[in-house]
Amino acid sequence: MTAAPRLDAPRLLKAQPVLSTVGLRKTYGKVVALEDVSLHAYRGEVLGIVGESGSGKSTVLRLLNLQESPDGGEYFLDLPERNRQNLFVLNRFETRQVRVHHIGIVYQNPHLGLRMKNTSSGNVAERLILAGERTFATLRGSARDSLSASEFPVARMDDPPFKLSGGMQQRVQLAKAIALRPTLLLLDEPTTGLDVSVQALVLDTLKRLQYELGITLIIVSHDLGVIRTLADRVMVMRGGRVVEAGLTDQILEDPQHPYTQQLVHAKL
Amino acid sequence: MSLADLTFPRQDYSYAFLDAFAKRELRRSILKAIAIPGYQVPYASREVPMARGWGTGGLQVSLALVGPDDTVKVIDQGDDDSVNAANLRRFIARMTGVKTTTDALSATLIQSRHRIPEEILGEHQVLVLQVPFPEPLYQVETSFAKTKEMHADAEYSPMWLSIYESLVRYNTNTHGADYPVVVNGRYLMAPSPIPRWDNPKLHMAAHLTLLSAGREKRLYAVPPYTEVRPLEFEDVPFEVEDQRGWTDESTGTRNKFMNEIPLEGGLSRYELSDSDYKRKLETQDPKLGTTYYNHNGRFYIEGYLRGRNR
Repeated sequence: MTAAPRLDAPRLLKAQPVLSTVGLRKTYGKVVALEDVSLHAYRGEVLGIVGESGSGKSTVLRLLNLQESPDGGEYFLDLPERNRQNLFVLNRFETRQVRVHHIGIVYQNPHLGLRMKNTSSGNVAERLILAGERTFATLRGSARDSLSASEFPVARMDDPPFKLSGGMQQRVQLAKAIALRPTLLLLDEPTTGLDVSVQALVLDTLKRLQYELGITLIIVSHDLGVIRTLADRVMVMRGGRVVEAGLTDQILEDPQHPYTQQLVHAKL
Repeated sequence: MSLADLTFPRQDYSYAFLDAFAKRELRRSILKAIAIPGYQVPYASREVPMARGWGTGGLQVSLALVGPDDTVKVIDQGDDDSVNAANLRRFIARMTGVKTTTDALSATLIQSRHRIPEEILGEHQVLVLQVPFPEPLYQVETSFAKTKEMHADAEYSPMWLSIYESLVRYNTNTHGADYPVVVNGRYLMAPSPIPRWDNPKLHMAAHLTLLSAGREKRLYAVPPYTEVRPLEFEDVPFEVEDQRGWTDESTGTRNKFMNEIPLEGGLSRYELSDSDYKRKLETQDPKLGTTYYNHNGRFYIEGYLRGRNR
């Protein structure tokens, strides 16, 4: 009789999360935007955040992007130079360093993420300039590499974004976000406002990049189709709180919380 | 004995026009500017009998610094005799009784608009430059609240991006006069609209340079022997104006900054921009000093310029 093969614990049980937050809280005046939001994401994982407008999902993203400071909570990223350090207590300069080197973001509105009148390659190169690159040839080469990685037609790399279609603008944003191979990529409704066929192409690119680069992705969307295509795990938010979290299939096929049930059935 | 005998005789104006408090405030701002090279210090720009935009900032600094032993020179675009320069020089002399000169080397206080003299200035000299727009970031960021933050963070990437953009679009750096420089490795500074030709002269200069904008109420300084670097990519060096082949028609001089004077039929003739340097060459003045650029156009500090004029 042969001994049973030794079973290793699943990777998710052994690995340390790349990103974890504890008890995020954020208020705007009397409005409580977030209350006790804890989340964690592992290397190479895609975490979807769904919820209706005003549920606090964009606020979570702004906090994770270190754009705003919270009223409470802690935020850890697994970075070599910031070992188990709460990123919310960093000073301006350190925050900028972390944002430039380790966090990429794609906004729903390309005007927020791009300089519309500069060239597309310049938009991508700005990221490298921020990181201290001062060689023109390197800037140009990296911009080209990044743009072609996000499947942007390289022949148009010197066109300003205002001359590009919506899908292409999102690709420029994506190229800018991945230019420095960030640890964390945040997507704020990246395909809302694109028509269905372009949306599918952009999602394809996202999926391929995520697989190739092994980035941790956090995608915020109210479109369950997008979440189903991309996300491994889903977090459902309502009124600034997490109402349900779990594997995508599990949540979308067998929702437990009444609000999630409503959401899933409204969509499907 | 009357009261009039006991008091000082009445004067219409105080020495050097500005009152003592104005001069003290200006001198304090100047000291602060020298202490933080390239940092724009706000000051209370006073009224002087001249319209804003005609060098009121430079004039106030000159008036705050000038003393009985000084010799003053005023330059306007390289020229000592244009209306603006002549007016300022006469005004300073009238309010203080100081000697004036056109010789760049014997002046102790030089106020200038848009040029730095061709001859190398020394430690005993102060150069005051008139500045129309002190904020170098204004061309990429129109909010002054934002530009202040950017200076505080030494976050100058939009300026680098604008150089990247001009290289991509035009294959060359299209930034002309007022080319932004980084002073002492820290602050980005607008060197006032001096041609790019004059930018390197600020680097490790023996003289003190004070830059003052009267309308914008800001002054800043490049102290002696301070590092001043233009924004340049490592593989695309900063270049001064290409005037190779331009010859001054009366002295035959080359490789100094020239004015181009258009002639009929699309031709041009060229004339040395620094009028006093030209006078010295023409009269073979024994006081002719060494120049920042030699007769081959090489800059006097080896290895500073990496392009044509290295």
